[in-house]
Amino acid sequence: MRYVLRRAGFFLLTLWVAVTLNFFLPRMMPGNPAVAMMAKFRGKVTSPEALQSLETIFGVNSGQSLPAQYAHYLGDVFTGNFGTSLFFFPSPVSQVVNAAVFWTLGLVGVTTILAFALGTGIGILAAWRRGGLTDSIAPPLLVITSAIPYFWVGMMFILIFGLKLQWLPWSGGMSLTDTPAWTPSYIGDVFEHALLPALALLITTIGTWTLTMRNNMVTTLAEDYVRMARAKGLRPHRVMLNYAARNAILPNLTGFAMSLGFVVGGAILIEYVFNYPGVGYMLLQAVQNEDYPLMQALFLLITVAVLVAILLADIATAIFDPRTRNSR
Amino acid sequence: MRGRFWRALARSPKATAGAILLAAFIVLAIFPGLFARDDPSAEKYVRNLGPSAAHLFGTTGLGQDVFAQAVYGTRQVLEIAFVAGLASTLIAALIGVAAAYLSGFWDGVLNLFTDVVLVIPLFPLLIVIAAYVHNSGTGVLIAVLTFTGWSYTARQLRSQALSLRSRDFLAAARVRGERAAYIIVVEMLPTMSSLLVAAFLVNALYDVLFASSLQFIGLGDPNSVSWGTMLYWAQNNEALQTGYYLQAIVPGAAIALLGASFALLNYAFDEIGNPALRPVVSGRARARRRRLLGRLAL
Repeated sequence: MRYVLRRAGFFLLTLWVAVTLNFFLPRMMPGNPAVAMMAKFRGKVTSPEALQSLETIFGVNSGQSLPAQYAHYLGDVFTGNFGTSLFFFPSPVSQVVNAAVFWTLGLVGVTTILAFALGTGIGILAAWRRGGLTDSIAPPLLVITSAIPYFWVGMMFILIFGLKLQWLPWSGGMSLTDTPAWTPSYIGDVFEHALLPALALLITTIGTWTLTMRNNMVTTLAEDYVRMARAKGLRPHRVMLNYAARNAILPNLTGFAMSLGFVVGGAILIEYVFNYPGVGYMLLQAVQNEDYPLMQALFLLITVAVLVAILLADIATAIFDPRTRNSR
Repeated sequence: MRGRFWRALARSPKATAGAILLAAFIVLAIFPGLFARDDPSAEKYVRNLGPSAAHLFGTTGLGQDVFAQAVYGTRQVLEIAFVAGLASTLIAALIGVAAAYLSGFWDGVLNLFTDVVLVIPLFPLLIVIAAYVHNSGTGVLIAVLTFTGWSYTARQLRSQALSLRSRDFLAAARVRGERAAYIIVVEMLPTMSSLLVAAFLVNALYDVLFASSLQFIGLGDPNSVSWGTMLYWAQNNEALQTGYYLQAIVPGAAIALLGASFALLNYAFDEIGNPALRPVVSGRARARRRRLLGRLAL
């Protein structure tokens, strides 16, 4: 219980740091972008709502002192009031964000789970057949693929499968002619559009899981209880899965929980390259169009997702691993 | 002991491949003029030329030579990788080792600080900062990458330093009356040199990837000669859709190769540092050795 409370305290502290960063970053930068932005938008933005949401963020011309602006900002954030989007005017920021989250969770969420499952599986096999075919091909190959920029893999996929072979669509989340409905043709269309970005992500993220799992597994296989299981004459695949892999996977589970948190902001450049209308694409749209209210809200959303995932992983660890409960 | 470490490194094929690649890039960065005759920024050729003897990788949408840009672009990305990678490893070493050595209150504070920086999503934060700065040049990129990228290494080094704390040579230094700063820098850090190198390699890899990504989405300086900026212009000019593939393939492949060199070196370091991970001798080699031993026993 004490452990969980301490982790909850850490959650609140980090949340506060993220919100505060959001508030102070534009004010701290050299040349004060806040002032420059306000001057620039004064001519462009005519509606009072848009001007007001800019003033809340940058605090220029609000006549308030810095601490008062800060208090005001905190209040706004915790009531979920992020103001009006400048680019998707006049939609409120929260509405734009909600639409984007749906796409990202579908694409990146499924891909993350697949990458974890596949990567861990390959890692188990590679370690089990030490020096075998999988072990001599997979790890060096995956070391290299993990160093390739994933957006570039996406671009190459667009070139090969989208433009040259014309097998799959490579832009957007669905065809422009489609209307969202639970019909087989619509679902098939969304699936088709997700395939290329998902493959590009899968190829570049699978390596980390394989390598860490293989290395954990190699360490676990040297343990006495594994030798004992072998000596008892248990069938090999039982020793591999129930004795070695089961223990070797523990450190990876926490990493997996964290990566589920990173899903929300995790594939920014893949979404950008494929024009996939998710959170990352929106973030870059916001940056390129200087839509600061939307940008701040998305950054906060991405951070909160990670923090919640970490908190849940901590609670799960406390439930499954008695050692954390006893230690202080 | 140390000699054996470097010999093992020299024998590892992964380390050799990584080192040769990295050395090639360093030569390119120092003497770009030896390999490319053209000025990388001069917009003086016919636009969007295909590959030819005069322009090995063709020209860009602005009429620059792609090969010259790729060669001259090596310098900036290596500068970022080495300076930001070294700086963030240094910060990580100081904070991580200081936390472990000082223990108690300061350990708590430094550790909490590290943890907070660790969980804030790095790439979105980089994007937000770069968006406020506008057209970040090399210096800004290095500063931003350094101050955001040290936390993971700091945590790693802290746990390594914790295992050193009760060792005799540190007790001896304390008895001699050395100051904490001296003990951390002169006594503790040198014993972790292989871990520090491995950490630097990982940091350098991420700095290459992050810096190129930021430049790719247009948050770098669009006039600089670098691989990320080349990709930015390729994307802006729709090089893939219009058939000028090389403008996108060349810089991306260069990033991938440089990244691979750091990743291979790091993997080799890991294998040597942790003997359990070393590749096992193949079955045939083992059988040969056994036969040999059997004959000797006769």
